[in-house]
Amino acid sequence: MTNDETKKAVLDIIADIAPDEDLSNLKSDVKLRDQVQLDSMDFLDIVMELRKRHGIEVPEAEYGRLASLDSCAEYLTPKFNALEAKR
Amino acid sequence: MNSRSHYDVVILGAGLSGLAAGVRLAHFGKKVCIFERHNAPGGLNSFYSINGRKFDVGLHAVTNFVPHGVRGTALARVLRQLRIDRGELDLCEQRYSRITFGGKTGVSLNFSNQFSLFESEVAKCFPNEVDGLRKLVERIKATDYSPSAPLVSARSVIKEFIHNPLLEDMLLCVPLFYGSAQEGDMSYTQFAMLFQASILEGLARPFDGIRPLIKVLIDKYREGGGERRMKCGVKKLTIKSGKVSALTLDSDEEITADVVLSSIGALETQALLNYTEGSPAHSKQDVELGKISFAETISVYKNQPSELGFTEETALFFNDSEKLDYSEPKDLIDLRCGVVCIPNHFNFGSERTMPEGIVKITCLANYSHWAALPRETYVEAKKDWYDKMLNRVLSYYPQCKSEALLQSLVQHDMFTPKTIKRYTGHLNGAIYGSPTKNVAGVTSVGNLYLCGTDQGFLGIIGAMLSGITMANTHILTKGVEA
Repeated sequence: MTNDETKKAVLDIIADIAPDEDLSNLKSDVKLRDQVQLDSMDFLDIVMELRKRHGIEVPEAEYGRLASLDSCAEYLTPKFNALEAKR
Repeated sequence: MNSRSHYDVVILGAGLSGLAAGVRLAHFGKKVCIFERHNAPGGLNSFYSINGRKFDVGLHAVTNFVPHGVRGTALARVLRQLRIDRGELDLCEQRYSRITFGGKTGVSLNFSNQFSLFESEVAKCFPNEVDGLRKLVERIKATDYSPSAPLVSARSVIKEFIHNPLLEDMLLCVPLFYGSAQEGDMSYTQFAMLFQASILEGLARPFDGIRPLIKVLIDKYREGGGERRMKCGVKKLTIKSGKVSALTLDSDEEITADVVLSSIGALETQALLNYTEGSPAHSKQDVELGKISFAETISVYKNQPSELGFTEETALFFNDSEKLDYSEPKDLIDLRCGVVCIPNHFNFGSERTMPEGIVKITCLANYSHWAALPRETYVEAKKDWYDKMLNRVLSYYPQCKSEALLQSLVQHDMFTPKTIKRYTGHLNGAIYGSPTKNVAGVTSVGNLYLCGTDQGFLGIIGAMLSGITMANTHILTKGVEA
């Protein structure tokens, strides 16, 4: 899985959680919360959707790693790849 | 007993809070089943048919309306959490509504989904109070709704900003009628929540009433794999070592669940508890029995309400006694205050008009008096009070002629506190449950949580938010307790 694919997976989740947000011009190095209205319930949903859709666990202490699309990619891509390697 | 069904979560009651909780839990892979004693879902916001004509119970309006694009509100949160597309709810806004106190010589304040209208009405009728109102609104917007927020009286907070007792009553009127289980007053947080929902945000209605909304929830729930058993209540929760160890259904079948989420009411849930060893781990929290119940008439006319002389108002909140007396009436029904709702008067757009005129009248009613009436007297009393309620309300619509109404009438019905008890199981027919709210939803039984009316989020959107919040807090983010 590439970083771009990870970003796409995260964007797909956000699009389902927050269909009322325009996600077409998101800057990947800027915090998601500064660009999209996401409250703590929404962030929790991103975490739960990652688990549901991709089997990826994000411990509470590491929620901060999901702040921007770049940091999501950096943090999640190795997790995606580790899971793929297991299959 | 190896064949007992086991669920991750069992939800008691298929009302809006139970369904919303179910949607969340099923979506995230929990094995969940909702048990509902009645044959129709919706709980306090259900529906029924007579002679093929569809009626909604309860629903006057969906509160919490905000325009598309306004985010961070209760409505936006519910839509996101339940993955509902806003268009699916088909919310149509009210025209405007009126709060009128003191009869013909009294004061009227109109409000719409634009708060500026209400503010200008207050400025006109109570010029010295409008600054106070603005400050009160700021306070309301900054309200702390967390379970640890202190319990204070709404009246005491309003009095800090508003000095005219008539305006105090008028500000309380809509929140009281749309959600107070307490007589005469309500907790400040409940007031703030309901004032925000009904006056600062607004009223709306799906063209087809409550049904499409319930259908959306049920479809989502089914898509997520949730199970539902209708006409099947839970009659006993067996408590062992401080936890629900088994549930007995009305059919005497026994099932088990890791977690039980009950939307049926605090006292109603307590009544199911059956301790097999020892007494509750903690002393039983004192939960007061609710006393607020309503009677509601519904009249269906051949004509549109405006052709019959009703004004364009969507809802009318009236009171003609000196002080607003929101309490259990001494008589079967208290005619001095109440609410009229005309579903035709939402803005459905130019292409859609409801085929028949509908007028609903709601007044406070006394459960024990209605419940004590023998069958025949009960039927007579309903007829009698239907006329009394209608006649009282017609004084607010001087253009309406009762002969014309009678001629146009195609069907009418009425529910009483007894009806509410029968179909919702709420003790005392207490429509808003107990005045003692349990915002945290935690009980003395380890794996038993409350959602819905007695958890304390009110209205249709509030009920859904209650189910969502309790499912999130106690189940989804916590992991299922063994």
